[in-house]
Amino acid sequence: MLKILKYSFYDLIRSRWSYVYLLFYLILGFVLLFLNNDLSKAVITLMNVIIILVPLIGTIFGVMYYYNSKEFTELLLAQPIKRSSIFIGQYLGVALSLVMSLVIGLGLPFVLYGLFESSAIWDFSLLLITGAMLTMIFTALAFNIALYNENKIKGFSYAILLWLFLAVIYDGLFLLSLIIFETYPLDKFTLIATVFNPIDLSRILILLKLDISALLGYTGAIFNQFFGTSIGLFSALGMLLLWIILPVWNIKRKAQKKDF
Amino acid sequence: MIKIDNLHKKYGKNKILTGVDLEIPEKGIFAILGPNGSGKTTMIKSILGMVVPEKGDIFIDGQKTHSNGLYRKNIDYLPQIANFPGNLGVKELIKMIKDLRDTKADENALIQRFGLTPFLDKKLSNLSGGTKQKVNLVLTFMFDSQIIILDEPTTGLDPVALLNLKELIAEEKAKGKTILVTSHIMSFVEGIADEIVFLLEGKIYFKGSIQQLREKTNEVDLEHAIANILKENNA
Repeated sequence: MLKILKYSFYDLIRSRWSYVYLLFYLILGFVLLFLNNDLSKAVITLMNVIIILVPLIGTIFGVMYYYNSKEFTELLLAQPIKRSSIFIGQYLGVALSLVMSLVIGLGLPFVLYGLFESSAIWDFSLLLITGAMLTMIFTALAFNIALYNENKIKGFSYAILLWLFLAVIYDGLFLLSLIIFETYPLDKFTLIATVFNPIDLSRILILLKLDISALLGYTGAIFNQFFGTSIGLFSALGMLLLWIILPVWNIKRKAQKKDF
Repeated sequence: MIKIDNLHKKYGKNKILTGVDLEIPEKGIFAILGPNGSGKTTMIKSILGMVVPEKGDIFIDGQKTHSNGLYRKNIDYLPQIANFPGNLGVKELIKMIKDLRDTKADENALIQRFGLTPFLDKKLSNLSGGTKQKVNLVLTFMFDSQIIILDEPTTGLDPVALLNLKELIAEEKAKGKTILVTSHIMSFVEGIADEIVFLLEGKIYFKGSIQQLREKTNEVDLEHAIANILKENNA
């Protein structure tokens, strides 16, 4: 598996897209710091960007890489290598190169700006960890979609729809249901609904750490009240971890049964 | 030796293989023939574990094939369509496959043989179909495995390369290997095969030597014999 990971990783590092992605984050980091002039404020702005954009890029990159490396996959399948190693190796190759672009692209401007002397370092680290997890989650989901759909156009559409649903529509539906059922106790429902959306979960995770109750919103407040800040933090992290493990496990399961 | 036991495979509602039983002997060249869509490639891919059959078992040297695919270490496989990652160079690709298989390989003689030296540093996406097929052949024959499976090895090859390929196959046969080949070029099959299997509608229609097929169909050459079978079955 490590060999596959190595080749996928090198392949991606040599491709133009990784650099575009890296450059984008570098520019974003510098511009935010330039405009905000303050590390902790920039962290909050960055959170909003990361929570929407990282999933989108993870999804698109994941689907694109899967379809583009079809030939490579077929070549590997005829070699004495386990299927799970091939697919998990490729997945990790994509996810890790994206994570690397994210960490370097955002890390560099913040470090240059004096992150290490600032009190925002833990907030910033958590932001990067959340970004990394979101990348892992959405790349895994994208791989799942691609594995189930031979048709590229279909796969792409489903992937974009998934992102749109989790990033935008989910919140709308959630809010709507809160309004409709306002006479009922909604604490448990809210809690469960949050857990089923990794983007919401990440937002709450970061806001809990930043300790900005004004931005927590209803879901965050419930989360905070139910778990308390520190337990809330860890349980949110745990849920995100589950969001990585389950799709990756399904990649393995599906790859085992697929015909090539 | 390869043994196939009651192999069934369908894609959706489309039944491709409906109960194939086959025993491929230890040494010699074994050709699988059949019209388009008769399941030749599906059968080969089942042997390699790239396709997961609904029913049936495959044994290689008496051992049932395992889904982890590690038994492929003893099989050299030439895929039907030479699809390679486009952004790799020829040399890099060869190096990568050697690294992934982690077995002894001798690619230099083959590169010479197929005249690939000028292409070694070129990207695979810039190569012509025939040249890609030559690379494909190098990747297959550079390992020294007991079983060699060739799916349409002649695709896109020029006459010189074709002669080279025939020689190469004859050499491998002389080493006592099991060679499994599919092809639509009857003269090619006629020239090399010891035994043929004819697949029709997912079943084995005929198995035996070319001589036996000629006698069965009362035709002189293989091409007509095959055409005869197909006409009789309205395929």
